[in-house]
Amino acid sequence: MEAERLMKAERQGQDGGEVTDERLLKTGCHAAALAVRSARVDVVAAYPITPQSSVVETISAMVEEGDLECRFLPVEGEHSALAACAGAIAAGARVFTATASQGLLYMHEVLHMVGGGRLPMVMANVNRAVFPPWALLVDHQDSLSQRDTGWLQIYVASVQEIYNAILQGFYITQEAQLPVMVNFDGFILSHCASGVMVPAQEVVDAFLPPYEPLWKLDPAAPSSFANVTATEYYGKHRAMLQRAQQEAKPIFKEAAARYRDHTGMWDGDVLDLYRTEDAEVFVISMGSMAAEVKLGVDDLRSRGIKAGAVRIRVYRPFPAEDLVQVLPDGSTAVVLERNYSFGMNSGILAVELKSALYGQKNVCIHDRVMGIGGEDLTWRYMARVVEDAITGKEATPWQPE
Amino acid sequence: MATRIKDLPAEEVVLSGNGACASCPSTLALRSVGKALGPNAIMLLTPSCTVASMGVTPQMAFTYPAMNICFATAGSSAAGVVYALEAQAMKGRLQGEMPTVFTWIGDGGTYDIGFQALSAAAERNDNFIFFCYNNEAYSNTGVQRSGATPAYAVTTTTPGGKTENKKNMPLLMLDHRIPYMATASVAYPADLYDKVVKAKGIKGFKYIEIFAPCYPGWKFESKDMVKLARLAVRSGINLLWEAENGYITHLSGPTKALVETGAAPRGLEEYLEAQGRFRHVMTSEKKEAFLQGVEAGVREEMELLKGRMRI
Repeated sequence: MEAERLMKAERQGQDGGEVTDERLLKTGCHAAALAVRSARVDVVAAYPITPQSSVVETISAMVEEGDLECRFLPVEGEHSALAACAGAIAAGARVFTATASQGLLYMHEVLHMVGGGRLPMVMANVNRAVFPPWALLVDHQDSLSQRDTGWLQIYVASVQEIYNAILQGFYITQEAQLPVMVNFDGFILSHCASGVMVPAQEVVDAFLPPYEPLWKLDPAAPSSFANVTATEYYGKHRAMLQRAQQEAKPIFKEAAARYRDHTGMWDGDVLDLYRTEDAEVFVISMGSMAAEVKLGVDDLRSRGIKAGAVRIRVYRPFPAEDLVQVLPDGSTAVVLERNYSFGMNSGILAVELKSALYGQKNVCIHDRVMGIGGEDLTWRYMARVVEDAITGKEATPWQPE
Repeated sequence: MATRIKDLPAEEVVLSGNGACASCPSTLALRSVGKALGPNAIMLLTPSCTVASMGVTPQMAFTYPAMNICFATAGSSAAGVVYALEAQAMKGRLQGEMPTVFTWIGDGGTYDIGFQALSAAAERNDNFIFFCYNNEAYSNTGVQRSGATPAYAVTTTTPGGKTENKKNMPLLMLDHRIPYMATASVAYPADLYDKVVKAKGIKGFKYIEIFAPCYPGWKFESKDMVKLARLAVRSGINLLWEAENGYITHLSGPTKALVETGAAPRGLEEYLEAQGRFRHVMTSEKKEAFLQGVEAGVREEMELLKGRMRI
């Protein structure tokens, strides 16, 4: 730990007193575990899977060493992991789990239960391509396939943002009464070490109040959870879930502002915009590629193409109104995305963008699926594909550089 | 000193007006279980007859806080509840006596779809009681075969009679070497009560399986439910025993005489005769061979149990 400490930063805290933040050199998986520790999580139930395993290992070690006061539940599979989380939330605990790829797919039934049951928790999903055939590297098919389970979904672009988004996630999940899935790219973010600023515990405590459940399984005040419901009530439950997703939008902004006030760090609007003010070509993407593509935007600009980058940071609820605001009439959008919507001859993101803009803005939308199964996406390649798209050419095939 | 039925507490956890069938063995067993657990308990249910009959939101037929969970997850969901209570106690947010956490699960959620999570919770020795009420079929969905359905029984997915034997779930649980486990019968409520009281006082994983004859599923007259359950015990079909840490410690009811002194099982033919699910074979020329086969199976299971008791 000592060797990994880059620096200590003393600064003035919210109440005027001095607080000491730490700057550490950590991988994305470790940053996730640090956020769990900072959030004073009560129960973690999880099952290892590449490339998430070191999240689970780090949390186990923290619990073992007394560094994190938490009960770690080593379940026998991901379906059980999320089921255990559901039980723990219902019993009044602050809960976290982490998974990836097949693990997330295996959870699907329980994702619906936690989302539909309005059970507040945070999950880290380390994005990884899905089977078959086996592949270990990143794409976004795993989490985008869980789109309609009622979870809020965030896609981050740096190791620091993993930490920030998980901590903000605990705030958001409590306020929205919806579970939060923080997605980060396998290996690119999960396994690369980078500087992580970890605020002093008292700073985090001030940002994130102790968890107070709205209800819980309590023999002194017995209630039932999710037993058979008459049709007229079932429909109301689902409509409330839909409404809660929409109502969560301002909570993301509130959490980000609050987080900035307490920690001095900014991560958090639903969109992350880069050089979009005067842009005519908007490059839209998610995850780590959306950070890389900013260099591509600079490159395009240096060649006279007025490009800008839009990173969709919050994917559920979908930031439709924000996109309508950002994209002007007559502009061009090139969606670069790491997933397929099979049978739609497109990626999922482009379909959603078209749906969001329909009847609102007249934007020419190109879609380029790329980076599947971990194809390394350099800014050079992405800039090239954007240029191909706006000049009406077939996309340059991807090749390892 | 074994409790007598008239000594059971008067408190009821199952309220009147629930949606269970007449003579539902699950509901009857749950009454005895509730008397033993007392009010400080949390209940988890996977899809089963009990879920179908517990009432429609916002009404509920049980006095316990009750959580409906995904079918395969009794072991893991209950573990989550337990860990959350432990975490809150550890952090000083929960004071006083810890509630007893228990699952109320049919044979489908125990023998079949829920087996993996159940086995894992037993292996982790999580502190809750797993109840299986075994009505030997998926009764809730219209009586399809389960891993607990005996050979020859007709179900809607074995219309010609099941061709495989049921698995011996109690022995599988015994070999998880859990702190406490017991088999019980709805026909012996005081025995069930004592076993639940015992389980409640033991920390770690507890498994209690309750034999539960289902009249619509097995096709007998509803008035005969308790009689069938009693015949199952007397005939050796349902053996009543307890075990701690992998060792069988106690036999109860008629099982004691059957296993220890080799007393002759009674009422096997009457037990099978009463059930419509065996009628196809009981009214055929194969009847004698079938009866001999079932009796041989009963004796074999008793020998297995005796063998285990010597370990």
